[in-house]
This record gives sequence, C-alpha cells and structure tokens, in this order.
Amino acid sequence: MPDARRSMLDAFARRHRLHVLEALPWGVAIAAYFAFPDYLALGAQILAVIIFALSVDLVLGYAGIVTLGQAAFFGTGAYTAGILAANGWGEPLTGLLAAGAMAGAIGLLSGAIILRTSGLTLLMQTLVVAAMLSEAANKGGRITGGSDGLQGMDVWPILGQFRFDMFGHTAYLYCLAVLAVAWIAVRALVHSAFGRSLTGIRENVMRMHAIGAPVDRRKLVVYTVSAVLAGVSGGLIAQTTQFVGLGVLSLERSGTILIMLIIGGVGQLYGAFIGVPLYMIAQDRFSTIDPTYWYFWIGLFMVLMVVFAPGGVLGFFARRRARRGKP
Amino acid sequence: MSAAGLETQGLCKSFGALAVASAIDFRLERGARHALIGPNGAGKTSFVNLVTGALRPGAGRILLGGEDVTSLPQAARVKRGLVRTFQINALFRRLSVLENVTLAIAERDGVAEDFVRPAGRHRAVIEEAFALLDRLGLAEEAVRPVSELAYGRQRMTEIAVALGLAPKVLLLDEPAAGVPSGETATIIDLIERLPAEISVLIIEHDMELVFRLARRITVLVQGSVLIEGTPREIADDPRVRQVYLGERRHT
Repeated sequence: MPDARRSMLDAFARRHRLHVLEALPWGVAIAAYFAFPDYLALGAQILAVIIFALSVDLVLGYAGIVTLGQAAFFGTGAYTAGILAANGWGEPLTGLLAAGAMAGAIGLLSGAIILRTSGLTLLMQTLVVAAMLSEAANKGGRITGGSDGLQGMDVWPILGQFRFDMFGHTAYLYCLAVLAVAWIAVRALVHSAFGRSLTGIRENVMRMHAIGAPVDRRKLVVYTVSAVLAGVSGGLIAQTTQFVGLGVLSLERSGTILIMLIIGGVGQLYGAFIGVPLYMIAQDRFSTIDPTYWYFWIGLFMVLMVVFAPGGVLGFFARRRARRGKP
Repeated sequence: MSAAGLETQGLCKSFGALAVASAIDFRLERGARHALIGPNGAGKTSFVNLVTGALRPGAGRILLGGEDVTSLPQAARVKRGLVRTFQINALFRRLSVLENVTLAIAERDGVAEDFVRPAGRHRAVIEEAFALLDRLGLAEEAVRPVSELAYGRQRMTEIAVALGLAPKVLLLDEPAAGVPSGETATIIDLIERLPAEISVLIIEHDMELVFRLARRITVLVQGSVLIEGTPREIADDPRVRQVYLGERRHT
C-alpha cells in the first residue's frame, strides 16, 4: 500500500490518541485551585456539575437521545448519598458508589420502558420520570425531609484522612479527582467501537438497524451509564454542600444542564468542560452584581450565544477554523 | 429442489384497505441476478421492508437459505446474510466514507460491543473497510464526510456499506435512483462486478439498468406478482407492455 494511504489509515486509527489541548482543562483546574482560594466552594460545584453535563452529552451528544429528565438521576444520586450520610453512614467514597448504583438502577428500569419511544414522546417520558421522583421525594418527607430539604448530613473524612474544611480545599480536590475518573471512563467509551456505534445511532438509526446493530440494547446501556454518572454528580454535590433539597430533581435542573452543555458544544466531550464553568461563573457574577435582575442578564447572555455561536463555544471555534480554510 | 437464497410464500401485508402485498410467492435463486420491477405504488419497497423485517407481514412465510426467518428481528436477519440498500441514501452523512463502512464491518464482526478498547485498535476492521473502498474505487474519498461527496459516489457508498456486511442475499433498492445519467454506468459496472455467489435482487425503475443486469425479472403490480420470466419474455409480454412499459411512456 502506498505511504500516503498508509499514513491516512494510521491517522484514522489513532483518533483516540490524546491531543495536547486535552490537558488544558486540567491545567486550568489546578491553576484555579491556587489562584482563587476564596472561590473553591464554587469551583467544587463546577467540577461536580461538569460530570452531570458529561452524562447528558453521552446520551444527547453521542447517542442522540433527547432528554429533559436527567435531573431524575442527579437527584437520585444526591438523595442516596444524602440519606446515607444523614443516617449514620457518612463514608464519602462508598456513598458515591451507592449514589451511582441507585441512579443507574433507576436509569435501567425507566430506560427499559421509555426508550421504546423516540422524539417528542420520549422527551415527555423523560420529563415524567423526573416529575414522579420529585413528587416521591416531596411526599416521603420522613426520609427525604420533603420540601424543607434533607438536614443533618454528616460526611466523614475522605479515606479517613481528609476532612471537609470550610474553605472547600478538600471538596475541590475530591471533585477534581472524581471528575478525572469520570472523564477517563467517558473518553474511553466514546472512542471505543461501542461509542462509534452510538454516533451511528445518532446519525441514522434506520441504517444502524439495517447493518444489524441491536439499537435498543445499545441505547439502554448508554442511558444507564449516563444515569450512573449523573448520580455520581448528584452525590458529589450532596456530600460537598451537606444539603439536599427538592431542586435536585427539578425540571429547572434538567433544563439548565442542557443549556450549559449547549453553550459549550454538544457531542464533543469538552463542551461540558467549557459550558458549565462559563454558565456557573456568569450566574455567580451576575447574581452578585445585580441580585434582583440577574436572571435577565443570564437570559441576554444566552440570546447572544445562540445568535453568535450556535453550536456552542466549540462550534464557534470549529467554524472559524473552517472559514480560515483548513488544509 | 435445493433451498433458494431467499423465498417468500404467500406473503401478505395490508395498511387498512390498501393491500401492498397479496400472497406473494417469490424465489431468489442462489447467485441470482434478479430484478423486481413495477409501476409506482406496486409495493416494491414494501416487499423489501417485509423481507428485511422492517415491516411485519400479515400472513405468509419468509425463508432465507431454507431457514424460516419470518419471526426474526431485523438484526438477526442481517446476521444471517440478508442485507439491503436504500432507495434514498441512508448513510451516516457527517461521518467519513471509511467510518460508514467501518461501522458496518464492526457490527458484522461483533467488535461493536467492545466499549473499552479504542475503535482504532481493531485495525483489521479498518484495513478491511479500506480494502473494500479501494476495490470499489472509493479510496480517494475515504476520509471525506459522505455529505461532501457527489451523489453518484454516495450511491456507491450506500452499496459499500452493504457489502461490508458480507451479504449472502443483497437487496438493492433502486441503486441508480437520482444518479446523473453520466454516472449510471459506474453503478452498473459496480453491480456487474459483485461476487457471483451473492444472490442479488435489484428493485428498479430504470429499464436500461434492469435489462443490462438481470437474468430474471419479476413484475409486481398492486401488490401481486403479474409475471416472472427472462428479460426477453418480460419485454415481449403484452400485459407488461400495457401496465408498465406503456404507462412509463406517458409519465
């Protein structure tokens, strides 16, 4: 085979190799730890929510499953970790595993039923699952604290060593470590043959059936994996803020995570790493500068994003590169 | 009589009062080059959808290499070598030509279940996909997104994806539909060079293509088989001239 073809095939087979730019988010995260010691609590939340956005990217960006109910799994994870910690089991790592497992179980069960549908019907079904769980949490006040929220969480030191401090040092590094593990797993998944087949499902589900892919099973697997991730994210938020309220299961929660992902860019793995910090920092700044009307500024920011950067920040850069005429 | 590559017995399907297939008995011999023709709305594409499992028949049986596959899902039929192409391109448009074929081969080999190792580590799959594209003359476009290709090249990719599945029975749904007349020859050439052991059924409107490629022709009218025979017999049959060839002249 001629050399040009050989090197073309090599390039195709090596698309999973780490690119130097992929180190950027981690550099920024570590630099931020030292540069903004007063904002570590916010930083920890951002890191945890990036995992939530990654979970949405897996189903929406890769498998093309449109969902407005991802908070169902985020909230399940948050309540699982929270209830454990409020009832005498504050060990964070096992709490996090339980959060992921519980959310995954809900994802598997609900997915087996609702993934038979698609489009708007599916969208409604995802919404309904989250609404049902939210109502269950509201009614189950003796366990969940109902509308007052879950009080009295006691989270133990990580590995028995690292106590959660009021400045958020431990929380930040804990969230960063969990995010790193989640990123490795998600990255491996999307670059695997399984992950490529998800892209096929997104691009043309009819053809995936015609090439003999078990489409429904694939969707259910990725939906469950995504639920586990969302659950871990919710567990992290519960453990680091030591509080769980009904908001973790709300439609608003499902909606804002979509918005954050769309701001960053869907289906490209790093949209979550851009959109979540951008949105959450903007929200934090606007609410400080203008406590009454900060939502207006968020809204204006969103409108500008949609007008000038459809496809999110990543999409914006991709189009600029294309306009400059890549080789 | 040995088992046919593909056979249907009394295949029926109705949508309400509209019968798209009424008691179709059809045999596609092994290694056949067989065409299914008929006027618009004759039920040709419905027949393909029934055979591949995209539609459930109301009655009748579908046999693949002698095995009853009537109740098997689509994916299981593909695994047994029953593969189709689409009249309107059904490709992964934003993905490269190579990726399109790679996805198909990965499905066939069961590689697509691997969710740990990077897809690129399955080098044999990629090599095979590229070799196939090379054979079909698509090597130059291998890493370009399908959406950027000329329509004729997309039609060839459509067939390449199907061939990646190593079909025993290949259903080509209007392989030259929408292709500029200058490029039709390339498609015909591609189909002529298909391995002899593949049983090929071509569903087609283009009479020139049908008479070039097919050694047997079945004419479908309003969901029923009107006649089956050699191209000569079909061309000489007065009923076919009346319902089909005649009608075409008006439209």
